[in-house]
Amino acid sequence: MPSDMVEASAPAIDLRIPAQALIGTTLAIVGTCVFVVLVGLFGQFASRALVVDVIDIGHALMLAIALGGGAALTRRIAGPGAVLGGLLAGALAGAALAVLVVATEAANLRWMLVSLTPVTLHAIGYNLPLLQATALLAAGGGIAGALGALLACLPERPRQAFCGMLAGVVFAGLLHELIANLLQDFHSLDDWMFSYDGLLPTGAVLAAALGAVAFLRPGRARFARLPSAARIGVGLACLLALLALPALTNDFVAQVMMLVCLYTLMGMGLNIELGLAGLVDLGFVAFFAVGAYTLALLTATGGVAVAQLNFFVALPFSILAAAIFGFLFGLPVLKVRGDYLAIATLGLGEIIRVLVLSDMLKPLLGGAQGVVNIPKPSLFGLVLGTPTLLFYLTAAMAALAGYCAWRLQHSGLGRRWLAVREDEDVAQALGINLVQVKLSAYTLGAAFAGLAGGIFAGMVGSVFPQSFQLLVSINVLAILVVGGIGSLPGVVIGAAALIGAPEVLRDLGEYRYLIYGLVIIAVVRLKPEGLSPAAIKHREIA
Amino acid sequence: MLRLQDWIRRASWVDWFLLALRLVVIGVVGSGFVAGLLHPRYAQAEWLSFIAFGLTLGAIYALIALGYTMVYGILRMVNFAHGDVFMAGAYAACFSLLGCNRAGLLASHPLVSIGLALIGSVAAGAGIAVLGERIAYRPFRRSRSLAPLISTLGLSFVLEYSARGMFGAQNKSFPSIPLIDGNVVLMGFSMPRTQIVVVLAAVLTMVVLTLVVMRTRIGTAMRAVAEDQDAAILMGINVDRVIVFTFALGGLLAGIAGLLYGLVYKQVYFFMGFFLGVKGFGAAVLGGIGNIPGAMLGGFALGLVESLGPALFLDGLGVDSPYQLRDGIAYTMLVMVLIFRPRGLLGERLSTVRA
Repeated sequence: MPSDMVEASAPAIDLRIPAQALIGTTLAIVGTCVFVVLVGLFGQFASRALVVDVIDIGHALMLAIALGGGAALTRRIAGPGAVLGGLLAGALAGAALAVLVVATEAANLRWMLVSLTPVTLHAIGYNLPLLQATALLAAGGGIAGALGALLACLPERPRQAFCGMLAGVVFAGLLHELIANLLQDFHSLDDWMFSYDGLLPTGAVLAAALGAVAFLRPGRARFARLPSAARIGVGLACLLALLALPALTNDFVAQVMMLVCLYTLMGMGLNIELGLAGLVDLGFVAFFAVGAYTLALLTATGGVAVAQLNFFVALPFSILAAAIFGFLFGLPVLKVRGDYLAIATLGLGEIIRVLVLSDMLKPLLGGAQGVVNIPKPSLFGLVLGTPTLLFYLTAAMAALAGYCAWRLQHSGLGRRWLAVREDEDVAQALGINLVQVKLSAYTLGAAFAGLAGGIFAGMVGSVFPQSFQLLVSINVLAILVVGGIGSLPGVVIGAAALIGAPEVLRDLGEYRYLIYGLVIIAVVRLKPEGLSPAAIKHREIA
Repeated sequence: MLRLQDWIRRASWVDWFLLALRLVVIGVVGSGFVAGLLHPRYAQAEWLSFIAFGLTLGAIYALIALGYTMVYGILRMVNFAHGDVFMAGAYAACFSLLGCNRAGLLASHPLVSIGLALIGSVAAGAGIAVLGERIAYRPFRRSRSLAPLISTLGLSFVLEYSARGMFGAQNKSFPSIPLIDGNVVLMGFSMPRTQIVVVLAAVLTMVVLTLVVMRTRIGTAMRAVAEDQDAAILMGINVDRVIVFTFALGGLLAGIAGLLYGLVYKQVYFFMGFFLGVKGFGAAVLGGIGNIPGAMLGGFALGLVESLGPALFLDGLGVDSPYQLRDGIAYTMLVMVLIFRPRGLLGERLSTVRA
């Protein structure tokens, strides 16, 4: 097509398509914002500043929605029309939101929708009178929408720089407590960047600059040309810095990192079952529970406990018990496949929980009161009582287990698992013993969970049936999906993203599961191979 | 005899283990049953109330199971979020009734209020089910993998925790409806009026559903798509429309189940759908997945076993407080069916072999 014809028809396209796309985008932005308000996410974060005296997290969330709406518009309208469309859609959505707030205030729906408190409703319009609130919301939405469309149109480098700036501000604003804690030895920098309420505008500028640098990574090419020894050295230095973090900061950081390690352990176990052998297991928490109860019964003082062993003597028994249990768990479901396997394992896991909670097994396991008074782990007289020390214990165990998992993955057995995952019938035809291969996956996967359970019991000091709900299994599954099923680095990344991040954002509370659900759907739809894909492509997902 | 010898010759140790498991379960249930019969603990009226409660519970399971079975019959996929569609229906019914109560309608026109609650729960159920299809199913229709399973699991969490955020983490109580509260005396036995209403309503719904599936054009199209999707396309059936209709129909039934559940238990909770959904799936498999009469039968069977089981064989075994293990019985039955008879009681109506 000659170029002049394209130019001639361009204005016509710009004028014609927006009417349709505009309404759709506006409705999508308003709908998402209303959802965020209704479920209470907005109210939860409306009083927390992202950048002090500039913007709160709740409104930042809404602006991010408008930004996303504008960016999505570029898929339907090309070029400058999209920027105009984004501007209009965002502004319309902002105005509509203001009107909706007034309507909602008049209707008084609080008896039904608990999050529509007057405080929250006022906060949407920045506590301003209607006219000013409408103007401000429309302006904010318009700018964000236009910016979103503009960003999607920009060439790659400037876009990365801009996204980096936004990400830097969001990161620093959300994690201000943690970063301020890290910087407390550098008083002047700390005071310049943060106040008690959060990130200061001056700090935001610095965070934006750092974010842009992190996203652009100048010198990336030169780094890639360095000898591999130097690159490994840099990687090790980063790892050491990460490992030193709990010792340098506070117990809270240590606790969060310990939890991440614990879930990494479990993730590695499920990765053997689901990622390598392709066996869906929604009753995975049962193995964790077996490990925890074994350790509790072997080490606790008094109650239903049977022995007072040392933590490190009891831990192998936890692993062994879980492995045996995994073997017995896998036996009956050997011939069950696919969706049925998911439901069957879910049912098995729930049977275990019902049994543990029942009066029938109370003399053995303590029923709902659980097992208490588990002493903290001690090594040659050194009691690992602080979260920091416990973190190093967990990290060491996770590293050891990770090495085992890595070796397993690349062993002959690992390749047989992969073969069974890809096609059971073909694998069997090739002479692979399905029973042996599947049972070994259940047994070894359960062993990892048993180790995690044992450490968990030693760390918490008590074991209750309530700690072993289906949610744990779902958490581990979500870690695998987000990190990339079948990939070991993916497990660590998934655990950090899904366990670490919500712990650090303490205000998130129960909303973390809502976010989990959304993240799972988004990842399966948009990036089915996960954040850190396994080297071998497979068809489990996608 | 020959078949037995053949089995013994071919059986691996896993088969022997499964046989032993089967015998142990039969032995435990059987001995408990006999012991329970030898030392009867319950009066006839109590047994009848167990049966009535089992039928009530079973009616609700059956309505949920129908949604699973219809979707599975057409798409060969488990909709993990179906239980939460049920939850949405229950919440909608609850708020409709509470709204009527605030407006005074519940006291003056109870039937109109219940009708409004029915409309609310049906609309919510069908709406959420169709929305779920669009978000978590349609993108994966062509993929034979875990993706739809995982995405509906995600959707299930989104629905649960959205409900938690919107309506609060506490249980919501249904308002009392004098019209259907209280007991009636039927042939000398007294039983709650709600249970009779619930069972009758569920049976009526199933009759209507059967008529829709067997007699209407869209029902015929549904059966055709379940039979052979490609042939149905060649016959000019709009498969997309049939799938959306199937989800809407399943959601509608789940919505009604939500209303009925609320009438029986008088409260709703954001997490109530997940495990009830699992049990509903169990009922669908028990009856034979893809099989509509099977889902009805499976639902009632599961409800009866759950309600009668503790008294029937756990008491006989001398188990402490057997009612704590009610859910355990349901899950054990579910797992046993999945392991030993995945075809279900009436056999699955699927033309192709399930993966």
